[in-house]
Amino acid sequence: MAQRRPRLAVWKLASCDGCQLTLLSCEDELLALAGEMEIAYFLEASSDVGPGPYDLSLVEGSVSTPDDLARVQEIRRISGRLVTIGACATAGGIQALRDFADVREFTSVVYAHPEYVRTLERSTGVAEHVPVDFELRGCPIDRGQLLEVLTAYLHDRRPRIPAYSVCVECKRRGVTCVTVAHGTPCLGPVTHAGCGALCPAYGRGCYGCFGPQENPSTGSLSRRLVDLGMPERDVARVYRTFNAGAEAFREESRKHEEVP
Amino acid sequence: MTHRSGGDHVLRRAALARVEGEGAMCLHVSDGRVTDVELTIFEPPRFFEAMLRGRGHTEPPDITARICGICPVAYQTSACHAIEDACGVTVPEHIERLRRVLYCGEWVGSHALHVHMLHLPDFLGYDSALAMAADHREIVERGLRLKKAGNAVMTVIGGRAVHPVNVRVGGFYRLPTPEEVASMRATLTRARDDALDTATFVGTLDMPAMEQPYEYAALRAPDRYPIESGEVVTTLGRRGSARDYDGWVREEHVERSTALHATLEGDGPYVTGPLARYTLNSDRLSPLAREAATAAGLGTTCRNPFQSLAVRAVEMVYACDEALSILSTWDGGGEPFVEVPPADGVGYGVTEAPRGLLLHRYRLAADGTVLDARIVPPTSQNQAAVEADLRAFVQARLDEGLDLDRDLEALTRQCELAIRNYDPCISCATHFLDLTVVQE
Repeated sequence: MAQRRPRLAVWKLASCDGCQLTLLSCEDELLALAGEMEIAYFLEASSDVGPGPYDLSLVEGSVSTPDDLARVQEIRRISGRLVTIGACATAGGIQALRDFADVREFTSVVYAHPEYVRTLERSTGVAEHVPVDFELRGCPIDRGQLLEVLTAYLHDRRPRIPAYSVCVECKRRGVTCVTVAHGTPCLGPVTHAGCGALCPAYGRGCYGCFGPQENPSTGSLSRRLVDLGMPERDVARVYRTFNAGAEAFREESRKHEEVP
Repeated sequence: MTHRSGGDHVLRRAALARVEGEGAMCLHVSDGRVTDVELTIFEPPRFFEAMLRGRGHTEPPDITARICGICPVAYQTSACHAIEDACGVTVPEHIERLRRVLYCGEWVGSHALHVHMLHLPDFLGYDSALAMAADHREIVERGLRLKKAGNAVMTVIGGRAVHPVNVRVGGFYRLPTPEEVASMRATLTRARDDALDTATFVGTLDMPAMEQPYEYAALRAPDRYPIESGEVVTTLGRRGSARDYDGWVREEHVERSTALHATLEGDGPYVTGPLARYTLNSDRLSPLAREAATAAGLGTTCRNPFQSLAVRAVEMVYACDEALSILSTWDGGGEPFVEVPPADGVGYGVTEAPRGLLLHRYRLAADGTVLDARIVPPTSQNQAAVEADLRAFVQARLDEGLDLDRDLEALTRQCELAIRNYDPCISCATHFLDLTVVQE
């Protein structure tokens, strides 16, 4: 007997569209996936909007406006499982840099009429507001990991997403350590795996786009960065990019802030 | 659903889909005349220009890539150009050439997505490419192959298709190996045939008639179709550098939108993107791309916004052809990058993002700290034209005797199509796109 296909919804809050684009970039799997799941709500791809509730919701983007706050509650209410995709939905994204500044001042820099702009003081991940079933990291997320999340859902198991650091991926890939060999500053020792050690494979230090791994030794890494000759200002900057709102990176960056 | 209250008639269309980002459209109609059109963008503001202040001069390519997941290379390239300009550094030719190949990859990926997944379903009467695949599987599969080819070029050169990691101020972290160059050539050779098939198919479609009167602005280079380099030129005879262009563009903040509205000083609304590039540069296409243009039903200029679909198809042919041409003479290059020591000054960079001109301007301190930044994305430049197109398009339908009560559903769909002519990348500019028609 044919079973009802699970219904998938893809949502967007404050973001660049890159993570949901990753779903459309599963070129070889997309049509097969559409056979396994009903893609019921995916505005970037379809104007045919099926009504909720949805079995699985993927949420891209951070909560940064009063409207986002209301939407994220509604998404949770009408979703069976809720998975956040990417650094914005998980840690607030690059737009969480406002957390270290005065958002009113930011608004007045970009907009002639700040009074027209509705925004929150902070840009936050979804889990700060509603329960989240799984958080997929990355700025952007990795295509293979997204397919693993969807496959795991279809087989009713937890996604197999390793929680170790980029360093482990680097060793597995057989890439020479860029810090040891060339003195290149690298956030690999404290950054969550998932990219496959992409930057070191290109001769570049990891810049932390998958956010902190669990219990990262950021203090030791910062000492190493300083030993490599990095000014304190730059140490603060390296933690303040796409996962600046993740607690471990936020707290470590504050230790290196210049006092004005 | 329809709400009626007093004499007003408001029809709210379900969220406008297949645009990248979120916004809404409201049309006001009174006694058979379109009285107002408003494109509202409620993409949450992210304040990039403010966040860039205080960052190092090597950081804008990675940070601004995050403005748009569909055209990150455009942001990275404009940022690199602007910072290199501020620091007085010129990159060697092999780096310029590799940047162009990477950018060609983004054009192919972005245009393949828009043409096949977002825009063609409108022309063929489907809600999505997935629905279209039931009857036109071959077209959808061709689109997916093309998208994959564009992504493959970005993955080889850039490390990944969304937010590439291999781009840096001054060049790249590493250059592709001979094996990687060979794999890109094989991918692009197949993709070029697919792009030609798409261009020929697009030539068989019925396009709604429409003629745009606006000023067009695009880059123009002496010997090639504009992508990452050239002067800014317009159909009203302006010609200038990125710096001049920075002076021409006036941005206005209107209440309904978190995207700023741009005009060219003294002239008013203008259009940038495929139609402008093609109209100002069709003589710069490769012979194969010119054949594709003929097959797609294009002349030497194109002022019908619906034919932007055809121009994108032709530009995919060109981008494959151009990348192949560069890679066929690629000798391995030289050093992957040049040092860009910081210098105090102001720098300008403008390139042709898939959706149109993208300007970056940075003012740097002597130690490279960004003091201020200006970013002018294509969507805000085209916003006034989208509104003007809709006004003209709906007025023409009303003049033909369209009954708003009876034909509203069909009209709304056509309006959505007209918005998608611009492939509005609303996250660039700054949620749902709702279309509301108010009869007064």
